Amino acid sequence: MRKLLLGAVALSSAALLAACGGAATPTTATTTEGTTTATTGTTAPAPAGSDATIVIWTDAEREGVIKAQAERYTADTGANVTVVQKNFEDLRNDFIAQVPTGEGPDITIGAHDWLGALVTAGVVDSVDLGDRAAEFEKVALDAMTYDGQLYAMPYSMETVALIQNTDMVGTEAPATWDEMIQRGKEAAGAERPFVITTNGETGDGYYMYGFQTSFDAPVFVQDSSGSYTSEVGMKGAPGEAFAQWLYDNGSKGTGYLSTTIDYDINNELFSTGKVPFTVQGPWSIPSYADINVVVNPIPSAGPSPAGPFVGVQGFYLSSQSANPLLAQDFLMNYLGTEEGQRALYEADPRLPALTVIGESVADDPIIAGFLASAQNGVPMPSIPEMGAVWDFWNAAESQIINGAEPKATWNTMITNLEASLAG
Amino acid sequence: MNGTSTPAATTPRPESHARNWRGTGLGFVVKLLLMGVVNAFGISVILSAWSAQSWVILGASVVLLAVANWVYFARRTVPLKYLLPGLVFLFVFQIFTLGYTGYVAFTNYGTGHAGSMQQAVDAALIQDERRLPGAADYPLAVVTQGDTVGFAINDDGVVKVGTSEQALAITEGATVSDAGLPVEVPGWTVVPRAELLTNTEMANTVTSMRVPVSAEASDGSVRTREGSKASIYSSRLTWDEQAQTLTNSETGTVYSATDRGNFVGDDGSTLPAGWYVNVGFDNFVRAVSDTSLAGPLLQVSWWTFAFALGSVVISFGVGLGFALIYNDERVKGRKLIRTLLILPYAFPAFMSALLWRGMLNPEFGIVNDLFFGGASIGWLQDPWLARGAVLFVNVWLSYPYWFLVCTGALQALPADTLEAATLDGAGKWRRFQSVVLPLLLVSTAPLAISSFAFSFNNFTIIYMLSEGGPFFAGNQARLGATDILISAIYKISGVSGGVADYGLASALSIVVFVIIGVISAVAFRQTRKLEEYQ
Repeated sequence: MRKLLLGAVALSSAALLAACGGAATPTTATTTEGTTTATTGTTAPAPAGSDATIVIWTDAEREGVIKAQAERYTADTGANVTVVQKNFEDLRNDFIAQVPTGEGPDITIGAHDWLGALVTAGVVDSVDLGDRAAEFEKVALDAMTYDGQLYAMPYSMETVALIQNTDMVGTEAPATWDEMIQRGKEAAGAERPFVITTNGETGDGYYMYGFQTSFDAPVFVQDSSGSYTSEVGMKGAPGEAFAQWLYDNGSKGTGYLSTTIDYDINNELFSTGKVPFTVQGPWSIPSYADINVVVNPIPSAGPSPAGPFVGVQGFYLSSQSANPLLAQDFLMNYLGTEEGQRALYEADPRLPALTVIGESVADDPIIAGFLASAQNGVPMPSIPEMGAVWDFWNAAESQIINGAEPKATWNTMITNLEASLAG
Repeated sequence: MNGTSTPAATTPRPESHARNWRGTGLGFVVKLLLMGVVNAFGISVILSAWSAQSWVILGASVVLLAVANWVYFARRTVPLKYLLPGLVFLFVFQIFTLGYTGYVAFTNYGTGHAGSMQQAVDAALIQDERRLPGAADYPLAVVTQGDTVGFAINDDGVVKVGTSEQALAITEGATVSDAGLPVEVPGWTVVPRAELLTNTEMANTVTSMRVPVSAEASDGSVRTREGSKASIYSSRLTWDEQAQTLTNSETGTVYSATDRGNFVGDDGSTLPAGWYVNVGFDNFVRAVSDTSLAGPLLQVSWWTFAFALGSVVISFGVGLGFALIYNDERVKGRKLIRTLLILPYAFPAFMSALLWRGMLNPEFGIVNDLFFGGASIGWLQDPWLARGAVLFVNVWLSYPYWFLVCTGALQALPADTLEAATLDGAGKWRRFQSVVLPLLLVSTAPLAISSFAFSFNNFTIIYMLSEGGPFFAGNQARLGATDILISAIYKISGVSGGVADYGLASALSIVVFVIIGVISAVAFRQTRKLEEYQ
């Protein structure tokens, strides 16, 4: 009886295994990179022949176009490309967690400000654009460079800019904060001259950063090559001047800055013509369908020009890729070519990092406006220290706008931030 | 009084149905099929674990599969046949998760300590290898000579060939394509690009190969990334596996591996990438001894208790009140009203929280506009108002649950007991106080405990409504007045900022788990007293 039983079990499981063979066949050759010697980067025993496969992580917006490129690649070379869709917000942590286990992708789309964390985690491979580097916007390459080494193929940029309602205040860009407020007050039907997102009580240093840099108070000091150092740049007199400006325009001052404004309220006020000026990014343009807008650089509130944060997105390579050659090839010769980047642009229009595409779409005034703002801007710091900044920084700005003593609040924030950075 | 104490002597012990099994009925066939599925799944997991070299998972799956087969094909294991699925779920989803969290709590796993030491070495070498300033791009072909793999590059019309041992040397008589790629090299076989792309072994040899430019190491070496273009790179770091050190040939700095999972140089500098190591009780010690953490965490702790207790008591009170009112048969349209009352419970909690966040906006929110005459009350600005608002919204979200539970419990109350109380002359209040409430508590107290544990860890509402704010003035841990322990852990661990310290987060989670566990255990013991009423 027992023998018969065992036989039956074996048979049925074998049948089932055969039936779902595709799913049950495990992916091999993932985790054994550990045994290479000094001069080699990564080698892995991988299956030979047409099993060569690379995996790409992307978000939903870019999935279709990357799949199309992947199919083109498979048709040209016979290598398989698997495209996996994930939430953009999850990509960074998943990439850091999965690459060391061997379950990570060969390529992932990502934002440049993840770079410090990715480098520190040792999960990202370097990229060499070679002679093609000159074809990209400098700010995009700077953003993807960490300690002098390029780690991703940049493809798009994003930044915030001053958006104005042309029916209320015309198309001319205001040069200063005061001029903007003056014109905003005189505009017909304006409930308030200007609106900017603070994300409610949480505070939002990102949108406010253009004004902050006009006081010469960058978050971190940049060295001569443009790389950020971990030295906090917004302390001392310039930072205090910015804090004072926040206070003067906050709830105890003029009230032009208010923690009651979150992203949706901002869009609502601006798109219904109640406010002539706002600071927003390209992502909010679709909600302005009913009004006429132009995009201009952010006016200066302090002694220097305003430079907002520029975010760059691109494609990262895994340092533990089982097939780096294929991944590099797909990245450089498919996704990175003008054709590939144009397809990416057309599928999901963002400010292109490839200059030639930027020039070809510059007749779109919205894109041109944001590009002009990006060229004034600075890359958002990608050093890991930046991760600690947001909470302190946002909270202090929100407290000052709500009427906290500006200098003391700002300086306490700096002290805490520096203590946190010191470990 | 139940059936367990029935005298065994009077009735013969019922024979287990496993013993009367006489042949292959339909039930047996179904069992065989089900077990076939289980075995197929188990074996596929084992094979995957084998190829991924996850020995723990491999061992656990082998044991589980063997146990499953033994239990369902042996005759003596009747109770286990019922218990096993539950036990397996307990093991896989509870004990394994708990054990893994416990393991991580004793490591420094997080950003900067994400992989193994070898991976940190890989990363250091990758990050160190730089293109030589001014080095050009050279068209490249991969060439072979027997088993030897070499690179042929086109340096401005001159083809040079080299291997990892042999520095580049000019080769006469080679031909190049229009694109400049070497296509024929005397004495060497050019590897077709199609083969390079599909032969992973060859591809990995090529990407890891470095061909010295000359006998001088400082001239750098040629590498290719995608197999058709090369450039000259140089590395400063060399890895000594024996000594476990990385040496920078340019500055002479020697980076040695420390027991904290970093490469630290003799000049005190640290290489960016580290690996994760066991750090003992460090994370636990840090959680209680770090002064910048301890103070805010203490504040967060008392608020967590207040929030959880307040949520349960108030929403229980409100729910019970409504249940009593709408349980009275004199109320017209009870069914409709009951349905409407349950609505907040039917919305997804995170959406309700976001809605309330909007409604509590001091300037544009409907709460100030409608109920406070347009006054600008910063509900989420002031610590106490924010605490009140968070508690209010949580009560609004959870009272329908208690309304449902209490309505059900009220309808199940024994009518004769209530009647007896009435006959004894008890008034309404007396009946409620001495009969209804105690009987109600018997069935609802365990639910109250679980509800307490849920509120204690109700991350969603805090994160969606106030993000823990308003922040403590001058606080060093980025925590705020409405943060509860679980949201504080999320912030401290830094997952949101992308610089995660999973070790510390796991240690803190375990502390919270122990707190919840102790409270629940004590509370469940207390509820036994209530059962005296039955």
